[in-house]
Amino acid sequence: MMRASKRSGPPAELKTASPLAESKTASPLAESKTASPLAESKTASPLAEKLVEKGLLLVAFSSVAMLFVIAFFIFREGVPLVARVGVWKFISSVDWSPSKGRFGVLPMIVGSLEVTILAVLFGGALGLACSMFLAEFAPKWSVRILKPLIELLAGIPSVVYGFIGVVVLVPWIRSVFGGPGFSVLASAIILGIMILPTVIAISLDAFNAVPSLYKEGSLALGATRWQTLYRVMVPAARSGLIAGLILGMGRAVGETMAVIMVAGNALTMPTSLLQPVRTLTSNIALEMGYASGDHQAALFATGMVLFVIIAILNTMALLAVRKRR
Amino acid sequence: MRACSEPSAGWGRAIGVMPAVRPAFLLCLALAIALPGCRRKSAHSITLAGSTSVQPFAELLAEEYMKHHRDLEVNVQGGGSSAGIKAVSSCICNIGMSSRALTEKEQNLTQTVLAHDAIVLIANARNPVAGMNLDQARLVFSGRIRNWQELGGPDLDITVVTREDGSGTRASFEEAVMTPRPGPDGRKFEPVPFARDALVQDSNGAVREIVAGDEAAIGYISFGLVDERVRALVLNGVQPSVKTIRSGKYPVVRNFLLLTLGAADSCSAQFLKYALSRPAQGLLAGEGLIPVE
Repeated sequence: MMRASKRSGPPAELKTASPLAESKTASPLAESKTASPLAESKTASPLAEKLVEKGLLLVAFSSVAMLFVIAFFIFREGVPLVARVGVWKFISSVDWSPSKGRFGVLPMIVGSLEVTILAVLFGGALGLACSMFLAEFAPKWSVRILKPLIELLAGIPSVVYGFIGVVVLVPWIRSVFGGPGFSVLASAIILGIMILPTVIAISLDAFNAVPSLYKEGSLALGATRWQTLYRVMVPAARSGLIAGLILGMGRAVGETMAVIMVAGNALTMPTSLLQPVRTLTSNIALEMGYASGDHQAALFATGMVLFVIIAILNTMALLAVRKRR
Repeated sequence: MRACSEPSAGWGRAIGVMPAVRPAFLLCLALAIALPGCRRKSAHSITLAGSTSVQPFAELLAEEYMKHHRDLEVNVQGGGSSAGIKAVSSCICNIGMSSRALTEKEQNLTQTVLAHDAIVLIANARNPVAGMNLDQARLVFSGRIRNWQELGGPDLDITVVTREDGSGTRASFEEAVMTPRPGPDGRKFEPVPFARDALVQDSNGAVREIVAGDEAAIGYISFGLVDERVRALVLNGVQPSVKTIRSGKYPVVRNFLLLTLGAADSCSAQFLKYALSRPAQGLLAGEGLIPVE
């Protein structure tokens, strides 16, 4: 902060009085001026250095503090209700009608897990195949085009995915497979596409991080490229690939908007892919508008379950990555 | 507003009540306390909060009212019937809006019926089934009639679409349709639960979208929101229309309520008076509601 103001402050102040056109012509001058404070800052005082360091530390800790604040509030609101209902009953009962005092989130836990696992199978297979191609077989020019395009997928808002799901996917499932169309299958396909960028980016990094000696050695021994890929590269990059899948899984568990739109949100135990399903996140978003009292506490408790599931996933990802070292 | 001598007592409770995930709404509420405040009657501003079903109509009235009365500012916020009732009970807003009847515990509030709204069953425009009676509707929504054939329609599995637990529309529907009428001995029944595999959507519009796109779907929405892509079903032999709803022939009618705590303060009373006036009621009728006499 301090350094930045030193650099850009004085020229900007000079400009403020002058009209816009003039400031444009004067900009090269400003640039030449900025060069000197930059050079100065190399010999900046240790005090400024300390301040920046401490400032960054503070910011870093505040984001961690945010996590604790969120966790604290979720648990403060949710724990009393779960304690009253009973932990086991809360997570094992299939009856959810909060306005009548019945709180059972099992269908939603099962729904969340089912949708997530299918999404990871679908998105993971596609994503790994894609990253293998990009890492080993794709010509350089196509990587330059494909990679940014895949990253663009991550930038599409989830409501757009949901909308496409409702308009295209759901009617298609309804007419081809029957049933209402709003289903486990629709959610899994949409989520599978949504986790692609995560899976591809991380597994591509994992492949690229494999020392080229491994690959060269294998090729030199007469292995084909495909043999090298699945006998050498995949095992060497394994923990990174797993981390990518688990992070994708985390994204799939947490996704709400798109799922609400295509899942149908029914409270059944999903026994078929064509049945509607409600996930934990959908449950919160769907009912929060009108919830009050115990009902609201129950939604926070749903959040607790979600929190625990995501914490487990993240721990698994961490362990998978750590194994590599 | 006499009960408002301790506004801070209700504050914490009411904040707990609001969905914490809707910070914008919370902020509005906080502002609503900080700015007009219950005790500062001199500030010419009133706030309405509550049912999202009533909200669009209240916004319309507020806009129209402020055109003619520049001295009073009327703010309208959503949040849901229950949240609105809580908010007005704890003095966070001046007028609460509810699309469901008050429970026994909430009877301390003064209620004004803003308008009547019918809840109608809707089916896809291509579905040939003309209608059903209340008992059949209950069997359909509880999942015991599962095929349109049983209602004289095509051989299609019925896709039931309902609203989420807590919704005012759902509560009214549960009371009017899902609760069997008291037996000859006066015994009262509990509402029958909805089918477990019923699709759940969180707004009238979303229910209408699904029914509009699925030939086998049935749902229920506000009468004012029926459009040409869906067909309102005849219920108990009565075609829902402004006439049958106003005459009381159509069986599933709910009231949109405006609620105040105790007697309304002068600003709120002015607005309530306007809301019941002929031009205001005319506006509501134009939007598909049934005006009060």
